[in-house]
Amino acid sequence: MPRVSFTRHLQTFFPTLKMGEEVPGATVREVIAELEKRFPGFALYVGDETGRLRRHVNFFVGEEPICDRESLSDAVSPSDELFILQALSGG
Amino acid sequence: MEKRFRFIYLSPMSDQILLATKKGTLIIDRKNGRWTLRPIAQPGMAVSYAARDPRDGTLWACMDNAHWGPALMRSNDGGATWKDASRVVYPKGARYIEQLIPDPKAMEEAGKPIAYKQAALMKIWALGFAGKDQPGVIHAGTLPGGLFTTRDGGESWELNRPLWNHESRGGDLFAGGATSKNQWGGTPAAMAYGEFVPGIHSVVVDPRDSNHFYVAISCAGVLETRDGGKSWAGANRGMLNDYLPNPEAEWGHDPHLVALCPSQPDRLWQQNHSGIFTSEDGARNWKRVSQKDVGAHFGFPIAAADKDARIAWVVPLQSDQARMTLGGGLFVARTSDGGATWQSFREGLPQEHCYDVIYRHALDACGDRVCFGSTTGNLYISEDRGETWLCIGNNLPPIHSVRFA
Repeated sequence: MPRVSFTRHLQTFFPTLKMGEEVPGATVREVIAELEKRFPGFALYVGDETGRLRRHVNFFVGEEPICDRESLSDAVSPSDELFILQALSGG
Repeated sequence: MEKRFRFIYLSPMSDQILLATKKGTLIIDRKNGRWTLRPIAQPGMAVSYAARDPRDGTLWACMDNAHWGPALMRSNDGGATWKDASRVVYPKGARYIEQLIPDPKAMEEAGKPIAYKQAALMKIWALGFAGKDQPGVIHAGTLPGGLFTTRDGGESWELNRPLWNHESRGGDLFAGGATSKNQWGGTPAAMAYGEFVPGIHSVVVDPRDSNHFYVAISCAGVLETRDGGKSWAGANRGMLNDYLPNPEAEWGHDPHLVALCPSQPDRLWQQNHSGIFTSEDGARNWKRVSQKDVGAHFGFPIAAADKDARIAWVVPLQSDQARMTLGGGLFVARTSDGGATWQSFREGLPQEHCYDVIYRHALDACGDRVCFGSTTGNLYISEDRGETWLCIGNNLPPIHSVRFA
């Protein structure tokens, strides 16, 4: 089952979110949908209401940034790790 | 007896100020004659606007987090703790006509077919609280130009479709293509979000009747509803825009902020890109009341006195071309005669090497108190209707809004 790692900033809003959380899903979108079930409101932290990834949030599957930031269709295999990271931003 | 004569405005006296800043919400209390800052709430997160609902005391913060998106937080215990409120989201099918940032690329693409975009919330720019006749009703003005209303104190929010579908914006784009010309331009304030879209920054509710309210849009102008948002009409007669071929065009205005005198609500004030305007007849007619020889012309915020419709304050800047203080010194201009003349007040404010810009929501008045904050983190208060000033803080984060609580 894919594992999810994330910036610790997200624990400010979702204190029970565990690093390495195991989340079923064959695509990034499915993984986020499952996280939304477990942590209501999660999807709107990382994406907007169209499902698009927010501008200053990055998803990586393994070491590769995802290609489809609009609908999160990138495939995720059971051995993958999905990283949810804050893009660098200044000020 | 007519309704208007039954209306009595009770002026509040506030000993608390709310600041929305780039680093969180600051609450400042007046204790023993001193203004004292509490530890910052939402530390590290940008807040675009913060205000207190005068009906039930709930504090609201419009989060503008660069990473996690726009959201609302509220506090039911006077700011001791804050919780997420329901998200404001655009419904599927809420589309708008794409506008390109006016640059050479956009010029090349001019004349191409209309492109539509699905709306997503970029920013909650302002809140407008209904009166006690509509408990739980709050309006939220947003980028990209939608007005949302909650009728249950923030549990759920709904897009105002009559305004979103207004003919000045191309008609009902939920149903199909544009049926009229889009008259709403983008605001430069949206460009930080990567798009050139309109924004609603003023939601001004008539204290006599909460079904009567105004919104102001950068860049379109002022629209008014008298039926609780079911129908809308432009309210821009008398407005002048100096940056269009026809200064008296119905649309294309850039109100920076609209404020209303709560005790005499037919009096409105508008700091506009093209000067200071006022209306004495509920926005049926506007007239320009700038006085350039004292510098009262360009700027972003405006505050109306609560008891005297003739009094308003602005914090002017040089001009559109140079958004800087005039002569390097900071001053507040006040009119006490409905805009016929303006007086500038400088005592207590820095008069050299001053580069403060005051954003549109960052000036407020309450009784004899007037307060403003700047992009350079300076906060000043006057307790004598703007004539002399005290500094509350010099090293605060960039200040986005100042509101007496």
